[in-house]
Amino acid sequence: MVKPLSILETEELTYTYSTGTPFEKTAVDHVNLKIEKNCMVGVIGHTGSGKSTLMQHFNGLLRPTSGRVLLDGEDIWADKKKLRDVRFRVGLVFQYPEYQLFEETVWKDIAFGPKNMGLSDAEIRTRVLETAEMIGLEEELLERSPFALSGGQKRRAAIAGVMAMRPEILILDEPCAGLDPKGRNHLLRQICDYQKKTKSTVMLVSHSMEDAAAYTEKLLVMNQAKLFCYDDTPAVFRRTEELCSMGLRIPQIAGVMHTLRQKGYDLPEDIYTVEQARDAVLSLLRKGGGAAC
Amino acid sequence: MLKDITLGQYFPIDSVLHRMDPRFKIIETMLFIVLLFMGSSFWILALGAVFVLLARQLSNIPMKMIWKSVKPILHILAVTAVLNLLFIDDGDVLFQWKLLKVTEGGITTSLFMMIRIVLLIIGSSLLTYTTSPILLTDAIESLLSPLKRVKFPVHEMAMMMSIALRFIPTLLEETDKIMSAQKARGATLDNGKLTERAKALIPILIPLFVSAFRRAEELATAMECRCYRGGEGRTRLRTLKAAPRDYIGFAVCLLFLAAAAVLNILL
Amino acid sequence: MSAIIEAKNLVFRYQENEEDGTPKKQEIPVLKDVSLSIEKGSFTAILGHNGSGKSTFAKHINAILVPDEGKVYVDGMDTADEENLFAIRQKAGMVFQNPDNQIVATIVEEDVAFAPENLGVAPDEIRRRVDDALKAVKMYDYRSHAPTQLSGGQKQRVAIAGVIAMQPDCIILDEPTAMLDPQGRQEVMDTIRRLNRKKGITVVLITHYMEEAALADRIVVIDDGRVLLDDVPKKVFAQVETLQRVGLDVPQVTELAHLLRQEGIEIEKDIISAEECVAALEALLEKNRK
Repeated sequence: MVKPLSILETEELTYTYSTGTPFEKTAVDHVNLKIEKNCMVGVIGHTGSGKSTLMQHFNGLLRPTSGRVLLDGEDIWADKKKLRDVRFRVGLVFQYPEYQLFEETVWKDIAFGPKNMGLSDAEIRTRVLETAEMIGLEEELLERSPFALSGGQKRRAAIAGVMAMRPEILILDEPCAGLDPKGRNHLLRQICDYQKKTKSTVMLVSHSMEDAAAYTEKLLVMNQAKLFCYDDTPAVFRRTEELCSMGLRIPQIAGVMHTLRQKGYDLPEDIYTVEQARDAVLSLLRKGGGAAC
Repeated sequence: MLKDITLGQYFPIDSVLHRMDPRFKIIETMLFIVLLFMGSSFWILALGAVFVLLARQLSNIPMKMIWKSVKPILHILAVTAVLNLLFIDDGDVLFQWKLLKVTEGGITTSLFMMIRIVLLIIGSSLLTYTTSPILLTDAIESLLSPLKRVKFPVHEMAMMMSIALRFIPTLLEETDKIMSAQKARGATLDNGKLTERAKALIPILIPLFVSAFRRAEELATAMECRCYRGGEGRTRLRTLKAAPRDYIGFAVCLLFLAAAAVLNILL
Repeated sequence: MSAIIEAKNLVFRYQENEEDGTPKKQEIPVLKDVSLSIEKGSFTAILGHNGSGKSTFAKHINAILVPDEGKVYVDGMDTADEENLFAIRQKAGMVFQNPDNQIVATIVEEDVAFAPENLGVAPDEIRRRVDDALKAVKMYDYRSHAPTQLSGGQKQRVAIAGVIAMQPDCIILDEPTAMLDPQGRQEVMDTIRRLNRKKGITVVLITHYMEEAALADRIVVIDDGRVLLDDVPKKVFAQVETLQRVGLDVPQVTELAHLLRQEGIEIEKDIISAEECVAALEALLEKNRK
């Protein structure tokens, strides 16, 4: 098998807050990572595990205390003048991004990033329209003031503002915070579609293990400033006990399957969605469903 | 980062001065300023210096912190000293170069002014080092309360001050976040011409204002839900109470003032 | 048991401003004929998607909004009567979504004291109430902290303490966990349950998290301004299709049972917890083996 190309790498990345004061704290501790192109990555970990700090290194908002961040093999801090380009290539959507909307119209707000990139008007136009469609904003909304939109629409407009830069990596910090279940699933599906269409890498920071399980190919797990693991999603969920001991909650259904497995039932190890569980139970029933012991 | 900025300069340790009633401390600071401006004799400044040293002793504030309070005004001090030196024409000329001349009077005046300003700064810093912003607000509200009779909105002022104190750190943190978010969209904040820089502030200021108004609205509702209806009939958890040490402190302060007055007459 | 909150044929429209600034009521009401009564000492969850009218309903209990048609009574007092305003707000305290925007003071205990201060309670009594309230939400050790030093879950507990200090019979929480991380949510939910069980405070929890609603004695589903379902959690969650149609989720275990039933497997409809699910699947697999 051909090894997939990596787009972003970190080498011994370390970041320490308030160095030299009593509040000194290492938020990211010697992290080594290789993130592939064209991949849907989930990022999970407790509040304070260092995941948000790590993400802010990927587009050069924070400078490592030691270690390096490589984008396409180049150290992003090698030439400070290129840092702005790095931010266009690695898009970062913060939590509650709707609080950054500022333009008179939604259109102008989405165009802010592309404009800063120095794109032509025609190109900006195509990008605004394309992005709006991908994220589910109707064209008539684009001429409205962003402050006149509903909560869900504001969130979409803000995300579109970063997507329109067509970054090679798009990082979203809790894009669904505060949305109801319907809005949540809807937005996640649109983000997945965006990823497939643009063949870029999307990193989804989330507290919801259910979402991480249902929408990602790979999972990056941070624990106490260290990288716990970066692996295929099923492989990560196979480590149920370790995840639980870190205080991360596995999806409810994965917990049920784990308990049944411990009781000796012959169920596969990597079940973490409801559909997988249904299929596993059905096949076990068909086999005569017995306990293994 | 912006949120690392500490608000006010309260230095949270325990000392006699910390425990004193903030109302007395405010009045005493004002009396101290009056003392400094009572005359033009160095003896008055010496008296002021003794007072400040005494207060420092009671406050346990490290000398390093005192120096820190004076440091930011050093260049202003230098400029005023030079101006006084050059433009006061009084007494013997000690040094002359073309139109510029330095006189004896110039030297004494600039020295006098410098010491006076330094004492003033240290004295008022001792007040803010030893009194938390919230206590200061309470004290100001209490001291201004007689003005309620002439319909001056004392309670409202104090409430506004304390809400501002509460929200400044929150809004600073928010500014930090908005700045990062706009930088991530390629906004440049730290270079370009002045007009460009002013323009670059728009993407920061608008979201900040929008958010501040939203917060204000939500806070207002939350306050109403907790039965807020202005200062009328309101009680307080913490009431300011004067202790014997406050009266002693005040007496000492008056003694200094009286001494200064006597000096002023004698000299 | 008697009802503490009683809504009768409640109808409400939001006011919009015309271009020329004259206020005009919206055509379509947000709440269309809601009748509901909530028992003293109960724990009720009000579920609905964003825009269903659930938060609008909550604001009526606290007289932040008053009905256009119909009545709302809190402990027998009509919310439309201005005279009752403070009595109602003291009886039924309200906790909001954003913990930052409801903390008034720069010190935790000062904030908790805010409501009793407004009510003109004597200083000694305020002290006692503040200490009790902070102990009830397990934040007593943080009494002299600044709110900015606290986590989201801790801030929200302080906000709850601020309401408890009014000694209300009832607390209404409007999506109190929407902005918190899982740990903060857990802290707040534990606190709410404890207050309900130990202190007998009536709890009305507005939420769209199913796991939280599952902890209540009763779930009221509001959709499009009307009460759609009103029953104990087990009965409500059994209606998987209805809930999904109105944009709500069910717990994963409930959904699994639903999917299995669709395949013709006989499993209980009313599974809402992991333990129940394990037991049901075990029974199923054992039966199958024989």
